[in-house]
Amino acid sequence: MINKDLVIIGGGPAGLSAAKLAAESGLSSLIVERDFKLGGQLVKQTHMFFGSEKQYAKTRGIDIAKILVDDVLKYPEMVEVMTDTTVVGLYEDKVITLLHNDEYIKVQSKAIIIATGASEKVLAFPNNDLPGIYGAGAVQTLMNVNGVLPGNDVVMVGSGNIGLIVSYQLIQAGVNVKCVIEASSSIGGYKVHASKLKRLGVDILTSHSVKRANGTEALESIVISKLDNNWDYIEGTEKTIEVDSLCISVGLSPLSSLLSMIGVDMKYVSSLGGLVPYIDSHHETSVKDVYVAGDVCGVEEASSAIVEGYLTGLIVASSLGFKHENYDELYRDFKAQLENLRSGPFGEKTREGLQEIARDHDVK
Amino acid sequence: MLNRDGVASKEQVLSRFPSNEVLVKAKAITECYEEIPCNPCATSCPFDAIHIGEDINTKPVVDFDLCTGCGICVYSCPGLAIVIAQIVNDKARFKLPYELRPLPIVGEIWDGVNRSGDVICKALIEKVTYTARVDRTALVQVSVPLEFIHEFITVRRVL
Repeated sequence: MINKDLVIIGGGPAGLSAAKLAAESGLSSLIVERDFKLGGQLVKQTHMFFGSEKQYAKTRGIDIAKILVDDVLKYPEMVEVMTDTTVVGLYEDKVITLLHNDEYIKVQSKAIIIATGASEKVLAFPNNDLPGIYGAGAVQTLMNVNGVLPGNDVVMVGSGNIGLIVSYQLIQAGVNVKCVIEASSSIGGYKVHASKLKRLGVDILTSHSVKRANGTEALESIVISKLDNNWDYIEGTEKTIEVDSLCISVGLSPLSSLLSMIGVDMKYVSSLGGLVPYIDSHHETSVKDVYVAGDVCGVEEASSAIVEGYLTGLIVASSLGFKHENYDELYRDFKAQLENLRSGPFGEKTREGLQEIARDHDVK
Repeated sequence: MLNRDGVASKEQVLSRFPSNEVLVKAKAITECYEEIPCNPCATSCPFDAIHIGEDINTKPVVDFDLCTGCGICVYSCPGLAIVIAQIVNDKARFKLPYELRPLPIVGEIWDGVNRSGDVICKALIEKVTYTARVDRTALVQVSVPLEFIHEFITVRRVL
């Protein structure tokens, strides 16, 4: 059994930021990352980020990943990193079991930050398992990390920011994006992203959904249909589009399975993306010394995940007796940054969801 | 309609343009029509000409008296929603962000495209800035016929 003060599960924006603030406070940590390298989903985000300077706005995601990784590598004595390592078990006494190079490792930790992020939702329609039908995030990984084109002719399902951004990056990679379809009557993501696509000649069809996919060995075409106000197909509006790839971008859900494993109290909150843990204002779950940060406690932009990571790292270090010399100032700053990021119309769902969680938490 | 197809209305576009008299000098046109948490245009402007303020969800407002049309905001905007417009010798001159490859070459004639993605005119490539500072978002200066000053938005390579 290996003993640690703090284990951070997930080396994406939230986990890395948490490790940085913990180290700054004097608390050492172990970051466990199942991928071969740190950075989480930032490693494929070739676009410039929104937000403010404090969250590295206008810097490309791939470069933010480098900044956050370099920040923790500045503390080689404080931050230990295990990549290509999967957490296979998490227990209430804060024993964590890891799988690395076919080796099974047990770690006992005083505190744990779960920063596992989120995964892509799927969409049910006939033949949705044909080769050529991808999650939009998977396509982004293929293109921007591995340099592999997903196909030649693509339709994107979903006009949230991921759908719009990946469509743009597909065009940058030379792929023909035939259209973006969106079930809702209005575009989901930032209109600046939508306008960017439209001026490149890509139509965004609102009130449309994919009805079925066709193909024998692989995807050959899809049938789309107009939807009425109740999101039911309108008869006679079907249209067949020949494509070799279809990208599904219909939202993310928190990767909370490890939280279930240790019996953290959770609730399904649709505005936060799915099953999320009850947390207090310190990001602590119902299991003492088990904390969460980033998309696992509510799906948002990476900028929020970064700040949540900083905040949680700061708090956990303090609770284990390593109080940062500028604790009060930093605490106020991180809270204010989060409030600012969430205060506009696009933060409404997050605000509602977090209020729901806080209200129920108080009742209990 | 912007919410349904991504195309800003004529009124929205005109609300961001100063008068043609002001445009004898280059000015930033910020086509950011909704409140999103973002402020690099304001913080990158060396002349404090773009105002957003404490709440980063506030839409940017350009002070055309202070704006010099330098173009720093054009490649700093993560939404690629800013162009610089100017009227020079009865032509509309733009500096626009461009992130596709190949990049245009000075002297080439490319298609001029409107906000719906339709080709509306020809565009002469006058200058292409691609330095470390623009961070992979090329700053492309083009001129198009003046009548398209409120319709033109980007260039497309002629295949």
